[in-house]
Order: sequence, then C-alpha cells, then structure tokens
Amino acid sequence: MITAVASGKGGTGKTTVAVNLALCLGEIQLLDCDVEEPNAHLFLNPVIEEKKPVEVLIPLINEELCVRCGKCAEFCQYNALAVTKELVMFFPELCHSCGGCAIVCPNNAISEGKRTTGVVEVGGKDKIRFVHGILEVGEAMASPVISEVKKQINKDVDAILDVPPGTSCAVIESVRDSDYCILVTEPTPFGLNDLKLAVNMLREMKIPHGVIVNRAGIGDGRVQEYCDKEGIRLLMEIPHDEQIAALYSNGIAFVERMPEYEKKFRQVYEVIKKEVG
Amino acid sequence: MKQITVLSGKGGTGKTSLVSAFASLAKNKVLADCDVDAADLHLILKPEIIEENDFRALKTASIDGEKCTRCGECVKYCVFDAISDYLVNPLACEGCAVCELVCPVDAVSMNEKNAGKTFISNTRCGPLVHAILYAGEEASGKLVALVRKKAKDVAQDKGLDLIIIDGSPGIGCPVIASLSGADLALIVTEPTISGLHDLERIVGVTEFFKIKSMVCINKYNINREKTIEIKKYCLRNNIPVAGEIPYSGDFTKAMVQAKSIVEYGGDVSQIVKGVWDEVNNSIR
Repeated sequence: MITAVASGKGGTGKTTVAVNLALCLGEIQLLDCDVEEPNAHLFLNPVIEEKKPVEVLIPLINEELCVRCGKCAEFCQYNALAVTKELVMFFPELCHSCGGCAIVCPNNAISEGKRTTGVVEVGGKDKIRFVHGILEVGEAMASPVISEVKKQINKDVDAILDVPPGTSCAVIESVRDSDYCILVTEPTPFGLNDLKLAVNMLREMKIPHGVIVNRAGIGDGRVQEYCDKEGIRLLMEIPHDEQIAALYSNGIAFVERMPEYEKKFRQVYEVIKKEVG
Repeated sequence: MKQITVLSGKGGTGKTSLVSAFASLAKNKVLADCDVDAADLHLILKPEIIEENDFRALKTASIDGEKCTRCGECVKYCVFDAISDYLVNPLACEGCAVCELVCPVDAVSMNEKNAGKTFISNTRCGPLVHAILYAGEEASGKLVALVRKKAKDVAQDKGLDLIIIDGSPGIGCPVIASLSGADLALIVTEPTISGLHDLERIVGVTEFFKIKSMVCINKYNINREKTIEIKKYCLRNNIPVAGEIPYSGDFTKAMVQAKSIVEYGGDVSQIVKGVWDEVNNSIR
C-alpha cells in the first residue's frame, strides 16, 4: 500500500505527519517527493548508502547533418529549440525530454544526450528504508526527479510519500498511483481554502483521502465543518502545542519524545488500511 | 518601476500574511499573487473582479477510438506514461504531441484546453492581479509570467511605481518565474531546522539568478538558537535582515477576520511596519 501525505498549503505539517507515521509502523519505506525543499531527512537522520544522478534526455544536434530546416523548432511544443539560417539554439530549461525533435528531424541530425538535474539518495534508519530526491538549485522542473524517486519503491513493502505543497504537476506526479492520500491542514482560512483545492484534485484523480488537522485550536472551526459537510474522514487532530513546535524546530520527530502519539498514528494507519481494503 | 518578490522556500512561514500587511502599508502599488496553485491573498483582500480571462497553455492529446488500430506506437513513444489502453490520461499528458506525430492512422488530435484563469481586481488596498491554475496543470511558470505582465500593464496604466509579488513555496518553475527581473527578493523564514535548510536553497536560487535578497525572520522567538544561526548565515552571505517578527496568535486572528495584521492592529503590527520600512528603503 502506498500512502501519500499532501496538503494544498505549505507548512501545515506534511513532513511532520509523514515522518512520525513512518516511525510508528515498523518495516516501512519513506520517500520524500518534495524534491524542491526536501526536509524529511532532517527529522529521520538516515544513513545514505547510495546516490544516483537524475538525468533527463536532451537533443544533441549534429551540425554536419543538420540543414537548418527548422522542423524540430516548429514541432517543439515548449519552444525549447530555435533555428536560424546559421545555427540551432537549444534552451535546456524549457525542454520536457519528449524526444519529438529527434523523431521529426528528416536528416537524423538529432540524437539523445543527457543532462543532470538532480540526485536521488537511498538509505535507511533502523527498519525504515528512506529515499529522497534533490532538485539542483536553478533547475525548474521537479517532475523528472520525483519520477526517479518513485521508481525506487519496493512494491512488497508499504510506503509513505511526503509530497510537495500545492496542486501543480509536481504534486500530481507524486500522488499518482497512491492507494490513499492524507491531507494535512491547519484550521485557518488559508488552510481551508487550500484544502478544498487539494480535495478537488484528489476527487479528479479518484484517490481516497482523509484529513489530519494540525495545530488544532488556532483559527476557527470551518475546516472541521467542511469535512463534516463533504463527508471527508477526519483522521486525527494534532493540537497546537509548544512542545511539538519546539521539537519540530530542532529537527526531532515528536513521537520519539511523546510516545503517547504512537498509538494514535497506528490507529490512523489501521483506519486507512481498512478503507483501502 | 520596482518589483519585490516575497518568497520562502519552505511553505507556511508567513509570505501571504506579510504581503497582505505590505498591501495595507505600501503606496502606489499593484499586488500580484503568483502562488497560482494555492492562492490565498484574495481571502484577505476580498477582490472585486473587473476583468477575467481564460488561460490556455499546453494542448492535450486525445485518441479517436474509431480510427485507432491499437498498433502501440503512441504508447511506445510517450515518455510521460500518459496513455493506457489507448486512452490519454490528461493529468499525465504534457502536450508534447509525439503521439500525434507517430500515429500512422491520424487517430490522435491535440486539443486546446483551459488551464486556468487570470483576474484583474480592485481591492481596498489597490489593484490586485491574481489567477487560478487548474489542478495538475503544467504551465505554472507561464501563468506566473502572465500574472506579472498583467500587473506591469496595470501599473503603467495607472501610473503606479511598485509591484509586490506573493510567491509560491519551493525553488522550481513558478518560483523562478516569479523571481526573474525582480529588484528584491524578500525571503520569509522561520527558526526551525527546515526553515534554515530551505532558506539556504532559496538563497542559492536568488544568487543563481543574481537577484538581491533580504531576509525576514518570522516567529523568531520559537527557537532563539536557530534565529541566531539564521542571522549568522545571513551575515556570512551578506544578506540584510529586514526584521524579526515574534510568534503571535494575532496573525491567525487577523486572518479569520479577513484583515491584514496592520488592519488588525496590536503590538506585532508595529514590528511588521518596521520590516516594511526596511524593505521599502532598500529599493528606493
């Protein structure tokens, strides 16, 4: 079973939930798909055993075969190629690695090259197998790195995915193929607005989902009212608590110091397992 | 015309709360909400929409089941794994058109789709340009660029000389698009291990694109050691600290009332005013 931990709004506690949950479940995989700002390792402190560069395909143009016909640039939907009478210009940050230019070139002047845009690291801590991806600073496209992270999933063991915030393509890429999605939110107007966006996304993707309210006690009751009205299961509430905030700020997963939460996280996981069936 | 982009790397550090406070304080400005896949500024500013436009970006493939001979070419060439059982998954399709190119019987067509909307609005704090990006759409960077262009047009039309941009978390596509050509990046961080880690990555991005940056430490008193670490980091990297804001429940209370912290008042609003003065002085 693959369980994604997502949220519309950033900073609501996705990583907190993903890491604490993983720590309560025995043998499990934890994959950090927030490759723009990966944080789960800061709380788990895993030993990294392997590093794999993430390479995306880019066109290599053989200037001798190229007749500057411009068909590649005309085909490219992302404007990553421009052709003048003298030369072909390639803009790597716009390329989606679709391979279309190489197919369309009538002179076989385009072959596939590679460019590194990030790294995937694999390791572990006790019974937890850990994988995360790191997008190189200055690179725009997170999805290829996320896709490489997800290729590391061992299908025989349950996996928890820490997902980036928002509802964009990087989030879809992360959540895709999950059996369940936990949405972490906070009980504030911003939290509610972004929760609704995330729920709409998951409904469209037909992924079962439930909500964990973090910092319960701040704000107002509208998140809970919304969940009631929409029939969305409220899986757990984590109170607004100074001790939890202090542990978080120092990079400590709170179940390690507040073992009373272990049972609650395990119960949440049992509920999810039952629902997924 | 000056442009300030408010960023954070890590989500939830207080970008939008700060931008809405600046909205109450700054004069002669246009506001641009560039967190297009989880926009929140409108919840405080209650915009009255005066112009609304569809945003079209990439096309999506569709396969005509009548013409399709199930030869498998499209599946073989699709690098996005977007075709299964000769149906296109629009959430996975990135609109590259390779399937249309390789289909031997012309069964694939590429169709325009609406990927979101842009809005130009009036608010009690001046004009706001904002947008929504439909879930899973690819072109967040393009939409951010469009929002910024519209904000610039509004500023020129109305003779305004400042654009304040609310950015998105992360360091990827929409963040880069909200940053390029800005006069200042104000990075809002918090004294936590994640806040510091993400600060270093977003500073890497501002340096990569050679954008001047300033840091604002929000909730500085939740971990004073980490606040000192952030200040030392800023000192080593020649990044001015625009101010330190204490943790305050007033931010949430203001949000619940759809007010900026400046409109809500209280002690912390005075500190936020000080941050704005620092930021404003640094671009003048």
